[in-house]
Amino acid sequence: MSDVAGTVVRTSEPAKLRVRRRVREVYERREVLLNLVRKELKVKYTASVLGAVWSLLNPIVFLAVFTFVVKVTHNSFPHFPIYLLSGLLAWNLFSVSLAGGARSVIDNANLVKKVSFPREVLPLSAVGVALVDFVLQTAVLLLFILASGYGFHLPELAIYPLAFATLLVFTLALTFWLAALNVRYRDIQHLLNIALLVWFWMTPIVYSGFLVKDVLRGRKVLGVSLWGLYLANPLASIAMGFQRALYGVVRPVVGERPVLPDVSLAWLAGVLATVLAASLVFLLYTWRRFFELSGDFAEEL
Amino acid sequence: MRAPALEVADVSKKFRLYRERPTSLKARLLHSRMRAEDFWALRDVSFDIPEGSSLGLIGHNGSGKTTLLKIVAGILRPTSGVVRQRGRLAALLELGAGFHPELTGRENVYLNASFLGLSRRETDAAYEAIVAFAELEDFMDNQVKFYSSGMLVRLGFAVAVHVDPEVLLIDEVLAVGDEAFQAKCLDRIRRFQRDGRTIVLVTHALDTVTKICDRAVMLHHGEVHAAGAPADVVREMRHVLLGTTDPGFVPEEGTRQAEIASVELIWGSGASEIALRRGDPLTIQVDVRTNEPVADLDVDFAILDGATNYPVLDARTSSHGISIDRFDGKKRVRFRIASFPYTPGKYWVTIGLSSQQTGRLYHVQTQRYGFDVVDAVRVQDRVDVPVDVEVEDL
Repeated sequence: MSDVAGTVVRTSEPAKLRVRRRVREVYERREVLLNLVRKELKVKYTASVLGAVWSLLNPIVFLAVFTFVVKVTHNSFPHFPIYLLSGLLAWNLFSVSLAGGARSVIDNANLVKKVSFPREVLPLSAVGVALVDFVLQTAVLLLFILASGYGFHLPELAIYPLAFATLLVFTLALTFWLAALNVRYRDIQHLLNIALLVWFWMTPIVYSGFLVKDVLRGRKVLGVSLWGLYLANPLASIAMGFQRALYGVVRPVVGERPVLPDVSLAWLAGVLATVLAASLVFLLYTWRRFFELSGDFAEEL
Repeated sequence: MRAPALEVADVSKKFRLYRERPTSLKARLLHSRMRAEDFWALRDVSFDIPEGSSLGLIGHNGSGKTTLLKIVAGILRPTSGVVRQRGRLAALLELGAGFHPELTGRENVYLNASFLGLSRRETDAAYEAIVAFAELEDFMDNQVKFYSSGMLVRLGFAVAVHVDPEVLLIDEVLAVGDEAFQAKCLDRIRRFQRDGRTIVLVTHALDTVTKICDRAVMLHHGEVHAAGAPADVVREMRHVLLGTTDPGFVPEEGTRQAEIASVELIWGSGASEIALRRGDPLTIQVDVRTNEPVADLDVDFAILDGATNYPVLDARTSSHGISIDRFDGKKRVRFRIASFPYTPGKYWVTIGLSSQQTGRLYHVQTQRYGFDVVDAVRVQDRVDVPVDVEVEDL
């Protein structure tokens, strides 16, 4: 589907994904992506009085509810809002991308059946819309961290780019996959809601990551360390990365038990780098699946 | 002959028609082999289009024209065969395709232009020209959902021609819009031809094909039935349509003392619905324009079944006791059909203007207009259906 004056050949074979070439093709049509993101944002906010304020309201409501919960259950710890929000914003980027991405091809059936463009743009635009919210919310969180006098913790902050890159790659990989599968199996989007609920609570966002480590340490099931199993959830290490970068301190009050898992920054970076590498391989796989299946989208819808 | 801009080689397309599509995991698991029928929409279609030439693609509904166009545009994948295409391609496959109802005209221009491969800067540069061409200066900040179908087509066409494609695919969209705009579009297409661009035009308006195309291909049940000079292919098309060899078939004739200015087929909640539902009302609206005063105008229509070409319904003003007095200028005639009862399929409309006294033809357009009928949705609510009750002694 290249638009430069080259020859385009269309055959019955599902094309093989050549990453570099495909990235260039998608980049050439970045205007479609930008327009679709604009469209989504506009449609989402156009008829609402508060507009983009809505995207800030969601984390605020979450914050209020969970603050209430941890207070009444005596599970609170110092600067809980910063802890909660640094993990929650990452989670929101992930879950909003997945929910939007799973529906992206079906919701745009009209386009898919009548207009030719790289189909990757559809899941990408779902991630793009989530990214806009994420950036807005993060800006407010950073302002809050500064204004409240909490401040930044320097060596820890350096892990932020790594955590963000890992989150983005893993999110993209899963979004591509769901978008393609959902065309054929519409149950995916229903299944997704349940999966996300379980997933949210299997990730240290509301509760302290140290507690999990403390409880699971040394325990094994069939010779597998439970703490290792818990960390096999990519979102767990990603959330810990975001928390380490923004919350910063492992043990906020000297003498009391830590909030973040007491692992070294280098160890956490190592885990994140491993997850990032695995996510890249996963992305390559799901992108290839998406690419192969996308040739039949117009027919399946 | 120049190198082909577009090469279609042995292209076949098979669709699987499911009785019920398995769209859930459960359905897939329970019936791993759903009963499906194969339907060949295209079979071994081959032709070349030399760079700078214009091809008219004709055939009755369901003959595979749109499927072929979608394969060329890269929306569908052929089951076998190859399509080779050179240069930037823009496809106008359907009225309003790629438009989002919630966005304004302006936003949709940018969205649509990006689908066709234009950058934001290129769209900025072409924006004024696009709006001027579409004649929608006053409506660009309105949401497209408030546009009429004619406005949508104008905007869609305006964007597509300003993309400056090397290959332009147009599917039937020219049929909508008023006469003046159609003339403008044809003019624009001619300019494209002069600039050496390649055009593929799918249309039911056979006279358009003979007027502007260099070559024509007729598809029939997914196969190339005829290919060559437009006049020959159009004759063949009429032959197939009418089921007879009728060398005297003329799509348009008459003295033009009075002319058919425009014809609109109106149904449903507006022209936005693609097809007429069986049993729904249908209005045929004919605008007449005189070139010299006409004293005894009789306007008539006939609807022909597209499958058999048999006239199924007709009426004329005179037989309804309406006599149109001598006039010079414009008149509008509406034939209201309370409920169109015939089976789903394609129908053609012939419109005629004639003299009531002498029967002389002023202007006749034979099977120029067409529409599709689909089955009514199943009625699930209670409705008032009159029921006759009789009791007899036995």
